[in-house]
Amino acid sequence: MNKEAAVADLTHVMSKFTSYIGKRLPTDVTEKLGELRSKEVNFLAKEVYESMRQNQEAADKLDRPSCQDTGVIQYFLNAGANFPLLGELEGILINATLGATRDGPLRHNAVETFVEKNTGTNTGSNIPWLDWEIVPNDDSVTIDVYMAGGGCTLPGAAKVLMPGQGYEGVAEFVFDVITSRGVNACPPLLVGVGVSTSAETAARLSKKAILRPVTSRHSNDNAALMEELLADGLNELGLGPQGLTGNASVMGVNIESSARHPSTIGVAVSTGCWAHRRGKIKIHADMSYEVISHQGFQL
Amino acid sequence: MKKILQTPIKDEDLESLNIGDVVYLTGTLVTCRDVAHRRLIELGRELPVDLKGGAIFHAGPIVRKKDDGEYEMVSIGPTTSMRMEKFEKEFIKQTGVKLIVGKGGMGIETQEGCVENKAVHAIFPGGCAVLAATKVEKIEAAEWTDLGMPETLWVNRVKEFGPLIISIDTKGKNLIEENKAVFNAKKKPILERINQQVRFIS
Repeated sequence: MNKEAAVADLTHVMSKFTSYIGKRLPTDVTEKLGELRSKEVNFLAKEVYESMRQNQEAADKLDRPSCQDTGVIQYFLNAGANFPLLGELEGILINATLGATRDGPLRHNAVETFVEKNTGTNTGSNIPWLDWEIVPNDDSVTIDVYMAGGGCTLPGAAKVLMPGQGYEGVAEFVFDVITSRGVNACPPLLVGVGVSTSAETAARLSKKAILRPVTSRHSNDNAALMEELLADGLNELGLGPQGLTGNASVMGVNIESSARHPSTIGVAVSTGCWAHRRGKIKIHADMSYEVISHQGFQL
Repeated sequence: MKKILQTPIKDEDLESLNIGDVVYLTGTLVTCRDVAHRRLIELGRELPVDLKGGAIFHAGPIVRKKDDGEYEMVSIGPTTSMRMEKFEKEFIKQTGVKLIVGKGGMGIETQEGCVENKAVHAIFPGGCAVLAATKVEKIEAAEWTDLGMPETLWVNRVKEFGPLIISIDTKGKNLIEENKAVFNAKKKPILERINQQVRFIS
């Protein structure tokens, strides 16, 4: 395949995949919601879980975006340094966003700041947002597509704690964010926590955390313990779907971390709503691909 | 049996409703969110739709224009109602709107507006936008289209639109505020327990 054909090919795949993830939830999220629905006993909560189930069925059948807020499109790339279209990826993903906006259709969600005009294309300055990690000695690229809806983006918060506040301060920060602003973010939520050195490093990690599977665990034992304690504790609050009270508040809590300055603990929270629309796709050097997050994707 | 409200809604239709009740709406439902509220209340512009006895939906839908020029409702779910808190009391007073549908709760001022003018706020399950779209029979008009797709006032004819969970009733009870008080009361003892197990700095 020549380069031009490869670019066209990959643009087509990414456009279709971007549109697809707005219509069907990833397998891990669907399974978790099924589990929470079957355990629920509260009357209003059951009513809402039933609406959610009917909604996903209708979205699938009618081939429509399951939530009207198809978000700002964000792509998180783990790109092999030897991926043949490394330099073309940015252009490909901008065109994929334009294509998905037409075909989805996706709601027009890119408002150019200061100009304060909706561009009507879901593209604008630095939008779609691209986050890069380069993998040495690799010729594939793995892309997480995320639709950042307004409701579940609003609770996002970051702060730098003093070491004296410790991980106790981290737990308090997470609880404050979820009890004050989580209710409006369409619980049950997937909560991402970044524990790091500064505000922006923690914020980036907190978003990376909600790209991980719902039931995954941090590789460090203390961090994994904290994920579990936070999830159990938040569930004990009993937010329920839409904050109407119920057995669960969250689908899970995922922590991502880095080393930190001895004088600081950067902490941040990102939340994903129950309709957590993300997708993971791996593209090989020959442009063949495998979808990791969903079953049944077809071009 | 399903409790169904029909527009135009009268005061007596709402008086017996309590927070936590589930109702459905048949009639006209108009999308109305941030900028429409701002235009009426802050800029003093007249709303292009008569909302007396009517119902509004805090929502910014995906709409498709069909080949015959008609609009098709693709996906329409609620947006965070609290963003409209700043305007809603005055909005209820000026328009005579009776039913406000959205996501999450609203605050004390909307509560006052609901008591003074006999109106209610109801929650439609967030994210269930295709389910909602299937209850829209027809888009009858589109006003203030200069605001773009999410902010346009879409005038929808709906049938048994719901479930709508009453979150503020005409007596001034507020379901989400009551729930939040419960969540906050539970928070402290849970955190105390967690904090004994996360003393990783030692």
